[in-house]
Amino acid sequence: MATKPDAALVALQRFGLGGLAGSRAAIASDPRGACFAEIGPDKAVIPKADLPDTPRAIQMLTQLEDRQREMRQRAREVAQGKANPTEAMQAPVVAMPDPDEVRLQDVFAAEVKARFAFGVAQPVGFAERWAQFWSNHFCVAMRRGSILRTSAAPYEREAIRPHVFGRFETLLIAVETHPAMLHYLDQRQSIGPNSPAGLRQKKGLNENLAREILELHTLGVGGGYAQADVTSFARILTGWSITGREENIDGFGGFHFAANRHEPGPHNVMGKTYAEPGKERGLAVLRDLARHPATATFLATKIAKHFVADQPPAALVAKLAESFRKSDGDLAAVARTLLMAPEAWNAPPTKLRTPSQFLLASFRALGWMPERLQQIANFLNLMGQPLWNPPGPNGHPDDEASLVAPKAIKTRMDIALQIARPVAARLDPRDFAVELYGESLSPQTKQAIGRAENRAFGLALLLLSPEFQRR
Amino acid sequence: MSQYCQAMPLSRRGLLGAGVSFFAWTHLPKVASAAGTRDPRFLTVILRGALDGLSAVAPVADPDYAALRAGIALSKEGANAAIPLDGFFALHPKMPNFARAYAAKQALVVHATASPYRERSHFDGQDVLETGLGGVGRVDSGWLNRVLMALPKGERIARSGGLGVGTVTPLILRGEANVLGWAPQASAEAPEDLARRVLDLYQHRDPVLAKALAGGIKADQLAKGGAPMQQGGGNPAMMARAATGAARLMMKEDGPRIGVLSYDGWDTHANQGGVTGRLADLLDGLDRAFAAFEREFAETWTNTVVLVVTEFGRTANINGTEGSDHGTATVAMMIGGAVKGGRVVADWPGLKAANLHEGRDLKPTTDLRGVMKGILADHLGLSQGVLADRIFPGSAGVKPIADLIA
Repeated sequence: MATKPDAALVALQRFGLGGLAGSRAAIASDPRGACFAEIGPDKAVIPKADLPDTPRAIQMLTQLEDRQREMRQRAREVAQGKANPTEAMQAPVVAMPDPDEVRLQDVFAAEVKARFAFGVAQPVGFAERWAQFWSNHFCVAMRRGSILRTSAAPYEREAIRPHVFGRFETLLIAVETHPAMLHYLDQRQSIGPNSPAGLRQKKGLNENLAREILELHTLGVGGGYAQADVTSFARILTGWSITGREENIDGFGGFHFAANRHEPGPHNVMGKTYAEPGKERGLAVLRDLARHPATATFLATKIAKHFVADQPPAALVAKLAESFRKSDGDLAAVARTLLMAPEAWNAPPTKLRTPSQFLLASFRALGWMPERLQQIANFLNLMGQPLWNPPGPNGHPDDEASLVAPKAIKTRMDIALQIARPVAARLDPRDFAVELYGESLSPQTKQAIGRAENRAFGLALLLLSPEFQRR
Repeated sequence: MSQYCQAMPLSRRGLLGAGVSFFAWTHLPKVASAAGTRDPRFLTVILRGALDGLSAVAPVADPDYAALRAGIALSKEGANAAIPLDGFFALHPKMPNFARAYAAKQALVVHATASPYRERSHFDGQDVLETGLGGVGRVDSGWLNRVLMALPKGERIARSGGLGVGTVTPLILRGEANVLGWAPQASAEAPEDLARRVLDLYQHRDPVLAKALAGGIKADQLAKGGAPMQQGGGNPAMMARAATGAARLMMKEDGPRIGVLSYDGWDTHANQGGVTGRLADLLDGLDRAFAAFEREFAETWTNTVVLVVTEFGRTANINGTEGSDHGTATVAMMIGGAVKGGRVVADWPGLKAANLHEGRDLKPTTDLRGVMKGILADHLGLSQGVLADRIFPGSAGVKPIADLIA
């Protein structure tokens, strides 16, 4: 092993998405500069592709669900003898997929493709890593209903990517007002008990979004809030909803403030009274949370853990938190602080790549990715971290204890070979390993690759090697 | 025109008919139907990982064999006795189909053979085997593809290109001529061989990953009722399925007539096994593939040659982990109705220490290119000049082995 870490390799592995053919040499003269070059307002924005925005995606889904509902209703009526079967229903049953269902699946495949193609195309991939960190921090999950199945992908493109190098406050507000998040954390259902709707329906508060904003998005557990603050904040957020067809026939599927569900009155959150009107009150709370010192510390710790080590150097966390506070939550400034910190460059490579990072790094290294985009989604499912579908609002874990699940690691091996096979004909694993890792390639890995029975095994061994798995 | 061609009986030339290019079709195939519509099949099977020829076809009468192979040597007697081929060699007991074809004079073994490659890297060894070059060289053209290019354009055999079984075209078939790809449903699971190597690497470099991977493998095996991990070529039934699929494609009216099929998993460094075990399972799969060929090619069996080759052999001695390491000479096998079989073709070098290549490997006495050339000349009618210049460049000194084809 080289005694001094290869800075270009650290840039590509720790801060980026892994090396491309030739990229280690290309950035060798200024690895940090190569990362800096990927900081900027539009650096994490996937170029305008032919992908539907959130309202359009929700409308497509609604059309599909309406028709499916009608068909079920019709089938029920026929079964009950209330209606004559239509011609189509008399025809022999052929399992034909609903064309709109197919279209939604195509859209999903296009979203997966756009995201992976963007990641593969980055010189280093720092902006993409940074965007994926924030997307996971503010995750939604497709498993939480059909609206999320269609809006989880546009959510990342609309609420996350344009803001990851802007102010944290802007990102926070974009996220918490997005239909996907409002749906995911049940905010649509929350009704102020004393609002006109609440008095009429005898329904009430749902604290989910308020709690997760405090616990997961800003202050963090132990960030100084109490149950009373959660409830109070939940009251303030009542009325934050999504336009349904009732509100707007043409453009439903966007943010909607439902005044008739909004809990009246000033409310106190963490010692401060908020008396702004309507939606503004909730935005005021978000602005204060974005500036809270506990938020700076919580986010700094999470960034350091994600990029550097499960137990990150305290000095690095302190630098990041200070940068966050001093810059008033300028995420570009925080990113630069991370990249300037010697602690971030010198720490040994202990972090395991997440399944998604492993796939992206493999596709980048091999210069190939599956044409069937569903296969990528399947790979991620099999490795336990389905795309846009984490188990809970705390996102997919990235710590070692969570990632070394035996089944997940075994599956990595199976997938590594499947990825290696199609390119084995054109790559010599021995040259390829040296190309990617140079002097940092361990003798054991080098020997294992050289002794592999065939090229596909050799490439798979490289993809599975500690050099490739840990960053 | 070469001497080889001039020496041919004139009567056969008439079979070619008018308008056929004589550029390559100078040496007439030995088997030809009266109507001139002979439609031969030629399938090459590559065993990747280096087949231990001394286990597949054991020199049981060689006085040094049993001692070198203590623990895994095949024996002439007993419940799992090797199947005698002649007085000297015996076949692995897991290969009854090959034995039957051998008895019917439709299968043949070439022993102590090797490609011109003399180092011990699988990648490079497979490259040499597939490019047909005299040594390692980075070219993206395989000898089987050049065979397709050299066959007369109008002939049936040249029309539908070659068949490559697998997700990518193997090097042996890459080049200008058309290639058809087909892959049997592959298992999503990495085979045992790769798992062993990854585990070994992790044990040296990353104990945390080693523990996780070992646990994952064990859990998977338990979930499958204790079934062992699959070998590189898949289980024997999967190997036979791939063979069946390949043969069926080559039997289609407009299907390819020349094909290649690879089986992984032959790199038996540890626990190679004797009459049972890892290698025995692979040989069982290969033998079931032979049965599949015979069944699927039945209609044209007399016009069919299947050639089985591997990149190199394994050490004559067993290593410390009951396996064998990378070696040099090994066996090639041929099966098919067009094979002049029932023979082991070998200039046996012997297994005495002094006779081993570099003191460790079975010494190569037959250039594998001579075997290939013999088949290409007598089965497909390629001229010696074409074979020496275009198919196996620079191999003029390697003569085609005569009489491999009936």
